Amino acid sequence: MSAKKWDKFAVGVLYALSIFIVLILFSLLAFILIRGLPQISWEFLTQPAKSFQVGGGIGIQLFNSFYLLFLTMLISTPLALGAAIYLSEYAKQNWLTDIIRTAIEVLSSLPSVVVGLFGFLIFVIQFDFGFSILSGALALTIFNLPLLTRTIEDSLQAIPGVQREAGLALGLSRWETVTRIILPAAIPGILTGMILAAGRIFGEAAALIYTAGQSAPALDFANWNPQSITSPLNIMRPAETLAVHIWKINSEGVMPDGAQVSAGASAVLVLAVLLFNVVARYLGKKLQKKATSA
Amino acid sequence: MPNQTNLETNILKMSADKKIDLSTEDLHVWYGDNEAIKGVSLEFEENKITSLIGPSGCGKSTYLRSLNRMNDEIESAKVTGKIIYKGIDVNASNIDVYEMRKNIGMVFQRPNPFSKSIYDNIAFALRRHGIKDKNTLDEAVETSLKQAALWDQVKDQLNKSALALSGGQQRLCIARAIALKPDILLLDEPASALDPISTSQVEETLLQLKEDYSIVIVTHNMQQASRISDYTAFFYVGNVIEYDETRKVFTRPKIQATEDYVSGHFG
Repeated sequence: MSAKKWDKFAVGVLYALSIFIVLILFSLLAFILIRGLPQISWEFLTQPAKSFQVGGGIGIQLFNSFYLLFLTMLISTPLALGAAIYLSEYAKQNWLTDIIRTAIEVLSSLPSVVVGLFGFLIFVIQFDFGFSILSGALALTIFNLPLLTRTIEDSLQAIPGVQREAGLALGLSRWETVTRIILPAAIPGILTGMILAAGRIFGEAAALIYTAGQSAPALDFANWNPQSITSPLNIMRPAETLAVHIWKINSEGVMPDGAQVSAGASAVLVLAVLLFNVVARYLGKKLQKKATSA
Repeated sequence: MPNQTNLETNILKMSADKKIDLSTEDLHVWYGDNEAIKGVSLEFEENKITSLIGPSGCGKSTYLRSLNRMNDEIESAKVTGKIIYKGIDVNASNIDVYEMRKNIGMVFQRPNPFSKSIYDNIAFALRRHGIKDKNTLDEAVETSLKQAALWDQVKDQLNKSALALSGGQQRLCIARAIALKPDILLLDEPASALDPISTSQVEETLLQLKEDYSIVIVTHNMQQASRISDYTAFFYVGNVIEYDETRKVFTRPKIQATEDYVSGHFG
């Protein structure tokens, strides 16, 4: 075969491989959505789950998922931001920096179930937080921190060095240069990274089973006293999330319509994660455009 | 190529009637074990343009960047010797470099406007240095844009992103630097990334600016050096081997290496 034909052949193979991957994704999505979408209704999204009877919803689990997500981002964003700024803007090339980077990489490759069990030992048992939103949020923070730090660091690194020089040459301190020039310029990338991280957190189950717990006590959405055990805002209550709920139904579900609830919940979960991804892309592009045009 | 070990030099000493704005005495710059600048002593006259020329890697940019201590930001860099500005050695460790850089401004090779509006690109540093009054800021923005010959082009779009400004980003960077009212303006090949029209606009701007500022410019472009500068220093492997009035350097260089370089035999 001539070089040209080989080239065509190779491109054809690569093309087929990419199509194959896309097909897998789409068939998976189609399967989940076709099975799950018919189950979704306003009641399903808002009603609490039921045991031993049909017609239970996922209202509390859905709320728990978002609340945990919010708390996790609240805890992990400042930490990740600080670490990323240090690594990107201040850290010198030496053994200490190498250790920090290696630690972050190792942390990011820990299986989430290990993070969950670690969280169980430390937060649930040792700190006596019990199965609670707080324990769950802290475990998810450990799970989320390395990747978020990495994304933010990459976003900061993507800002050209000449921008730093520009700030310094105007007599600004390094801190001012970082916080007033580099960070604002990196916001589109940082936001995109945060939303993608949110998608990962939202779908996480293994890290939560032993930390946030597997039960969703009834909540009184009129009760906004964070001290009260029935208040949605209470961070010391156990909180089963959507992903954990799906796992639970399929392993030890005690409702007759478990398969339908699981299918519906899966569809909601997948849609939410998809939504995070779409929003991340859209927002990233939009902010980038805003920064570079009128 | 001239002999590297035993260099003849011919360095101009300014006569007493000239006003010296900035000078260096025996300035050495080290990057790790590599000595990039090997003891350079130069004097820069006030309200003149001085070109630093020389082949790639000769140290001219390194030298320029040490004048406002931008080399401080490079971990491995070490600068010894004196940088005298207003009678003070600003290379001393007790100098507030941030304050000093307000007086010795810098424009870089690649235009690097901030990802902010044109107005904020200029007002930003002023605000950080404590100027809050809106009228003062407006005035400073207008004045510096006029000095950089950019006002007419952008006066109706001050709130647009500077990144959207085409043909004029470098002049915006010049405006940004002079808005702080420095005494000295350092420019590191400011036109090398620009098209011919933008280049000539920048050159005209510099000729205007020298009435108010002392300018030191690194350039690869011999024509540019001869067009705009009053003095020219020829850098060669970390040393200045010839420093004189520009017309002398270009027409009657005293050193063979300079003649070879300015006439295009190497570099």
